[in-house]
Amino acid sequence: MKLRLRIASFSAPLVALSIAFGLSSLILLFIGKDPIETFRIMFEYGIKGKSIVSIINRSIPLYISAIAVAVGFKMGLFNIGVEGQYLVASLIAAFVGSQFSIITPIHILFIIIIAVASSAMWAAIAGYLKVKKGIHEVISTIMLNYIGTGLIAYGLTNVFDEAGSDYELPRTPELPESGKMPALNNLFRLEDLQDLHGFLFVAIVVGIFYYWLVWKTTLGFDLRITGANPVAAKFSGINPNRLIIVAMVTSGGFAGLVGLGPLLGYFHRFTIDFPTGLGFAGIAVALLGRNHPFGMGIGALLFAFLERSSQILDLNDVPKEIERMLQAFILLIVVVFYEIIRRFIVKQQVKDASKKVET
Amino acid sequence: MIKNIYSFILKRYIVITPLLLVLIVAQREEYSQLTTSGTFGSAIRLAIPIMLAGLGGLFSEKTGVVNIGLEGMMIMGTWFGAWGGFTYGAWQGVFIGMLGGALFGLIHAIATVSFQVDHIVSGVAINILAAGVARFLNVISFEDVAYASSTASPRITGEIGKMTVPFLAGGPINDEETFNLFGSIENLDIFLISDFAGFILGFLSNISYLTIFALAIVPFSLIILWHTPIGLQMRSVGEYPTGSESLGVNVYLMKYIGVTISGALSGLAGAYLVVGGTGIYLEGQTGGRGFIGLASMLFGNYKPFGILMGSGLFGFADALQLRSPQAVHGLLIVISIFLFVLVLKTLFEKKYTQSLISLLFSGAFLIWFLNSTTIPNQFVYFTPHITTLIVLSFANQRIKLPEKIGVPYKKGELN
Repeated sequence: MKLRLRIASFSAPLVALSIAFGLSSLILLFIGKDPIETFRIMFEYGIKGKSIVSIINRSIPLYISAIAVAVGFKMGLFNIGVEGQYLVASLIAAFVGSQFSIITPIHILFIIIIAVASSAMWAAIAGYLKVKKGIHEVISTIMLNYIGTGLIAYGLTNVFDEAGSDYELPRTPELPESGKMPALNNLFRLEDLQDLHGFLFVAIVVGIFYYWLVWKTTLGFDLRITGANPVAAKFSGINPNRLIIVAMVTSGGFAGLVGLGPLLGYFHRFTIDFPTGLGFAGIAVALLGRNHPFGMGIGALLFAFLERSSQILDLNDVPKEIERMLQAFILLIVVVFYEIIRRFIVKQQVKDASKKVET
Repeated sequence: MIKNIYSFILKRYIVITPLLLVLIVAQREEYSQLTTSGTFGSAIRLAIPIMLAGLGGLFSEKTGVVNIGLEGMMIMGTWFGAWGGFTYGAWQGVFIGMLGGALFGLIHAIATVSFQVDHIVSGVAINILAAGVARFLNVISFEDVAYASSTASPRITGEIGKMTVPFLAGGPINDEETFNLFGSIENLDIFLISDFAGFILGFLSNISYLTIFALAIVPFSLIILWHTPIGLQMRSVGEYPTGSESLGVNVYLMKYIGVTISGALSGLAGAYLVVGGTGIYLEGQTGGRGFIGLASMLFGNYKPFGILMGSGLFGFADALQLRSPQAVHGLLIVISIFLFVLVLKTLFEKKYTQSLISLLFSGAFLIWFLNSTTIPNQFVYFTPHITTLIVLSFANQRIKLPEKIGVPYKKGELN
């Protein structure tokens, strides 16, 4: 692609960001708060050392969740069920992982495998329903989210609850020491700050693996060609039904990792207040980052930054929910601008091509 | 004649068998809640939001725009409904809720029609946006109001009247009680007849004017879409936009109208949840009903009365879950026997693996039924959602989608 077009395509998220901030400023003005002051406070709080560690920790599950969604998006498959998948997987992994103790790397690897497998199996149901029963994956995954929530509530109180504990809320037994992922603070000399989750490494590996999978393998090629032109893909010999199942299972497999950052790094058990909503946030990050491993990384960091820095707002008498609006505005505006830019680029390419033909 | 009935049963066995089984199971004392007028009454109340969302989906998808954002528009309906209801009164709340939904429908239309954003992407974005906006509005509007929190609004003021039809359902005339025809039939406990009377009674007694208003939208949509010129234009845009354009139809305008009406109906669905139900806005109270509405639209094969039936089914599942967890337990044996019928059918068709799987599940449900007296609360909670999946897996093969559904249309481009 030509440099001019490349710049154009990068301008979309920036323009969307400015518009979103502009809109949020208007809203802040409307409710009688000073927008510039508000954003200054948020920024100042967000770049403190403590905040930065927290932002990175928050961005890990967001990033993995975005990747899980993006695998499906690449072929035009909408896995809205990452939410349910990672929660189911986290519960099972937390319970199984707490039942034994071996050396740390093997223990953690084992937990990861359990999580990925259970999540992939849960996602496979949606794939099966789409291929065999023709149910659109958006409906089936949403319904599976609710079913999963019910099953988790039942499992947590009746099956996986810590035996003999006098803690009044249901929770799984704590992971043994060998199942806890060591923090990275010593590595980066961050002694006086809170734990930087070791799962950061896994997130980076997942990002690289995702890149390799989508852009360097046959499966990835099949995914992309199906996403770009399903009819052409079919004629090139791709079996769409098989691919739907494979994509759904792969997406679900990534989803299984979403909950592990908080689980292995901080919670060490599955409780009622285990973080939810990461699956839906992942959709937003995937759309923002255009399914690109690097773009989604930036998107995850941005959303994590907004989440963290808005925590200070309540102390300054500004409702911190403005952050949710801001995220949602960014998302909606960015999808509109990507489409505008995409059309612009296609037009330019056609123009350039026709010029070549003329000369 | 008999041959006709026979073929009708064969074709519709998926609907008829479970229905008969439910009726038979309901004869047992502990499962009698399955078919009382009380259950049907609340089934109707719970079906209305799903039906309205389904009709919303219909208006949007008939013009070729997929609307996954129904859920978000419904969320806007719940919040604006609660805000309007608190500030001005119940009916005003309904109207303001509709406006809130319509506003988000308009946003979806701008994104998908004017900017040709992928319909599902835009819908997903709408859902996320609506959740954020509702939370924010709730925080800033009810900051200093008693009984409100960041996730709940204060109670609405005023209420919507209810009525009971005189003579048929024992409604009063000039404060004097009248004869309750269907009520007395229901109390006779005759198989089938009493159950049917209970069903009718659910429609006739204690029914809110808002419910009547909502039910009236079903024939109204049918007339608008299939019997008016503008309805024809809207449908043509979903089937063949290029052709419509050449005949002078304003394709963009039709899509805008369809999607905005869709938003308004979803907004009404949300407002109904608040004004006709809880009386307050609660975060997450839509509970996926927008998506269930979409499912009822698919089940109803894009027909208003089909949507009514589909949403009735899901509303029934929802009502059981709320009113009588005990009765849900009776459904286990229904599922088990129904699966056994499937076993016989697949054996007859010589699909042995399928019948083996059905047999296994049938046995599993039977064992579950025999070894328990209730279903855990947590399972009861997702009855409507699992019903949705089961119903769609049996009903989804014969749908006629609008030809150009989900295809972005741009003037001057062939597609």
